[in-house]
Amino acid sequence: MSTTTAGRGSGAATRVVVAGYGPAAHRFVERLGELGFDGAITVLGEEPRPAYDRVALTSYLGGKTAEDLTYPMPEGVTARLGDPVVAVDRAARTVRTASGHAEPYDVLVLATGSRPFVPPVPGRDLPGCHVYRTIEDLDAIRERAGHVTSGVVVGGGLLGLEAADALRGLGLATHVVEVADRLMPRQVDEGGGAVLRRHVEALGLSVHTGAGVERIEAGPDGAVARVVLSGGEVIEAGLVVFSAGVRPRDELARAAGLPVGERGGIVVDEGMRTADPAIYAIGECALAGGTVHGLVGPCRTMAEVAADRVCGGTAGFTGADTSTKLKLLGVDVASFGDIAPEGALDVTYLDPVEGVYHRLFVSDDARTLLGGICVGDARAYQTLRPLVGRELPGSPTELLFGGTGAVAVDLPDDAQVCSCNNVSAGRIRAAIADEGCTDIAAIKGCTRAGTSCGSCVPMLKRLLERSGVQQGKAMCEHFAYSRAELFDIVRVRRITSFSRLIAEYGTGRGCDICKPAVASILASLGNGHILDGEQAALQDTNDHFLANIQKNGTYSVVPRIPGGEITPEKLIVLGEVARDFGLYTKITGAQRIDLLGARVEQLPAIWKRLVDAGFESGHAYGKAVRTVKSCVGSTWCRYGVQDSVGMAIALELRYRGLRAPHKIKAAVSGCARECAEARGKDFGVIATERGWNLYVGGNGGFRPRHADLLASDLSDEELVRTIDRFLMYYIRTADRLQRTSDWLENLEGGLDRLREVIIEDSLGICAELDAQMERHVTGYVDEWRATLEDPEKLRRFVSFINAPDTPDPSITFEIERDQIKPVMIPLETVR
Amino acid sequence: MTVSHLEASHLEASRLEAPELATPPTATATGTAVRGRVRTWTPVCAYTDLLPERGACALVDGHQIAIFRTFDGALYAIGNRDPFSGAYVLSRGIVGTRRGEPTVASPMYKQVFSLVSGVCLDDPEVSVPVYAIRLNDGVVEVGR
Ligand SMILES: Cc1cc2nc3c(=O)[nH]c(=O)nc-3n(C[C@H](O)[C@H](O)[C@H](O)COP(=O)(O)OP(=O)(O)OC[C@H]3O[C@@H](n4cnc5c(N)ncnc54)[C@H](O)[C@@H]3O)c2cc1C
Ligand code: SF4
Repeated sequence: MSTTTAGRGSGAATRVVVAGYGPAAHRFVERLGELGFDGAITVLGEEPRPAYDRVALTSYLGGKTAEDLTYPMPEGVTARLGDPVVAVDRAARTVRTASGHAEPYDVLVLATGSRPFVPPVPGRDLPGCHVYRTIEDLDAIRERAGHVTSGVVVGGGLLGLEAADALRGLGLATHVVEVADRLMPRQVDEGGGAVLRRHVEALGLSVHTGAGVERIEAGPDGAVARVVLSGGEVIEAGLVVFSAGVRPRDELARAAGLPVGERGGIVVDEGMRTADPAIYAIGECALAGGTVHGLVGPCRTMAEVAADRVCGGTAGFTGADTSTKLKLLGVDVASFGDIAPEGALDVTYLDPVEGVYHRLFVSDDARTLLGGICVGDARAYQTLRPLVGRELPGSPTELLFGGTGAVAVDLPDDAQVCSCNNVSAGRIRAAIADEGCTDIAAIKGCTRAGTSCGSCVPMLKRLLERSGVQQGKAMCEHFAYSRAELFDIVRVRRITSFSRLIAEYGTGRGCDICKPAVASILASLGNGHILDGEQAALQDTNDHFLANIQKNGTYSVVPRIPGGEITPEKLIVLGEVARDFGLYTKITGAQRIDLLGARVEQLPAIWKRLVDAGFESGHAYGKAVRTVKSCVGSTWCRYGVQDSVGMAIALELRYRGLRAPHKIKAAVSGCARECAEARGKDFGVIATERGWNLYVGGNGGFRPRHADLLASDLSDEELVRTIDRFLMYYIRTADRLQRTSDWLENLEGGLDRLREVIIEDSLGICAELDAQMERHVTGYVDEWRATLEDPEKLRRFVSFINAPDTPDPSITFEIERDQIKPVMIPLETVR
Repeated sequence: MTVSHLEASHLEASRLEAPELATPPTATATGTAVRGRVRTWTPVCAYTDLLPERGACALVDGHQIAIFRTFDGALYAIGNRDPFSGAYVLSRGIVGTRRGEPTVASPMYKQVFSLVSGVCLDDPEVSVPVYAIRLNDGVVEVGR
């Protein structure tokens, strides 16, 4: 794109109409706003919602909502949604929609995108056959996936693999069928294809290459039941997703007599104008420079060019970067630049053991980088992609294996860092230096870099580090360290008291921020009872009284009920205790029973009764592992495939009492129906025919998030080991009060990185994590039992130090629905 | 007016620098700090009953008074009622310092109060009463 930009409000056009509301249309109207366009803008969209981030579509199945993906609608834009344009009357300069609405225009912009290509095979219209393009498609796929056990994706390209991984995530046995002799035939060559196949199969996907779909057959219910391949092979599957390429949606232009390409696409010039000067075409429906572009980056650039032209500018579209990186969990594949250039030298590296394949293309004098392919390890992609067409800063092997840090310094200002949004290294440096961006979020907000596919975020971090920006990490005025750093200090220096830590590493005497955080670190590292010695003074009131404070200064009592399983006898004890102490009784969301309204001096007597009856602390008061919720599972449920209750109890007993940066909730479901809602938990386990799927980083509450699939089909032993390490790694590295969801989202390298560290042991710390968890498990004692046995600790459980037997007179109750309810004295004294 | 912290520290020869830290409470603009003479001293507990860096509550003539023993051995007394929640809980908050000033954070909504002046450091228009406190032969006494 050349860079002339029009001034505010210039251009004769007053009424701009856009047909189609996808990412290209969105960028177009947004850009018009940025350029100060002051005419009327109307967008006519076929889908029922404003434009959303299609690149991130798959995250919708991972828990993102439609709202999360939707772009904010720029101001001053009128949108008609769910009403496609059906005709363009060029003579009258009017478009007509399906509902009969007529919209006059001075400038019309076609941004109708493309439609998935569905090969003409018999059975392709059966119920259970889907495409993968819109939120509605994904809703339909998710719904169907709930009723079947296996699925077939037709097409082994970038999108096909992404869709296949999504089906796997929905719990289906998944097959990928690709006509070519290898996966991703457009991006990788044979060598890369072979390595890629092994990675994909290792994820549990079945790959069928060199085979087309012959026909799709229905079962007795009339829906898809099996797919027959050209070689005669039959795959039993109830769901088919077509991902065999896309075709430009050029039908409006065709019908209006505008020239289209031989293989589709609306012909446009450099300025994105069609043969009719009043009509532009942008995005995937346009044929620019003889090519239809199927990546969001070029589509957005086209949108910017058209906006500039509409405002009277002279910007031009001159082709685009076709680099791609597969967003497939656990498999790194990337290609960039030209991948089979004429007369180029190539450097190939193959490590079949590690499953790594690299191929770089350089000019015949071996000085200029032309393109490359990375499979199995795409770390070099980040550094190499911006260098395409430039002189190499080192030998090809150094670039591939010398790590990425060294090269980032030398990235020229005009090198593109974010290809989705066309943001250069210089733009990011300016955002840091001149616009005061000091973290990734600010850079994203300022420049848009990293807001689409996210693959450039590590590069943004590096640029930030290189420019010397110190990320604010101090926990409070007393410690200049982050929680993770303090954890390491305490661990490595074997510090066992707050006094020593603050004397050596802090200033002042601490506060309500650092004291509980350090108390939690000391507890995570196994420093005995949380009320022992000096530790007692660090705890907040909940941990101090081993109960949860309520609004009137009373406390609640929540005994552990592992997995939510309880005998009638124990249930009766709970009822009796609640009755005898006059406590309000409620069932919690985590399958336990909450007894509320206890005064501090009542807590020991209540707990004495409970401990005698075999109960122990439920740690509802602690930043600790809370419960492992479960469904009834295979023991009773006719759908269950594993004993979810047994597993939940085993996990809860293993991790009970484990102190962490924040509370940790978990659940186990006995089959894919997910009755225990495990994906809303910090770690969730869902039974499969072959074992357990482990999901991590879920959350309910204030900011709901579905957990991400970390590993599939684990044995009992593998499951426990993986959770051990997940928890310990989180405890080591998270910030204060950071839930696993937020921690995971901010973990550099995300889920892939987590897998590397805790499954592949890339940092070599797994043995240590395992040992730490072992210490926790063997060192566990029930905090309430230990407290009852220690008269020193019991002495604190009084309302008044000078009148231990006097109940707090400020605590009074009234009765509501046959139970107590606090009476609060009005807040007259505040202000 | 008796200045409690001085007396507490006098007993602890090693902590003579404490008084600088704990300037005597005087009447403040909001009028909530200790005014006038203490008429009666009520013994509430042994000094050793108090944990360092932690509070406890004493009931004196029907008034709930939160008393604190800080790391340096000094004693402080403020009203136990948290003005933000209305609950009588300040004695159960976390004790610490803010720019050198001894504080307690309400366990309810975490506002931080000065143990010296009773003023809420997060919202200086709000404060809690401050009471006199002293150590008398190993016994902690609260003055009203
Ligand atoms: C699952 C998935 C993953 C992807 N991942 C990546 C990636 O990682 N990187 C990348 O660069 N690209 C990726 N893409 C491609 C990227 O999404 C597209 O390049 C981009 O969406 C193109 O934008 P567009 O606005 O041109 O077209 P579209 O997104 O197709 O939007 C066109 C809109 O116009 C509407 N429309 C069509 N006809 C009419 C009509 N007659 N009247 C009104 N409205 C109409 C359509 O319903 C649609 O809403 C991915 C695509 C998918 C589906
Ligand atoms: S998740 Fe499955 S096993 Fe568990 S109760 Fe629901 S249907 Fe039954």
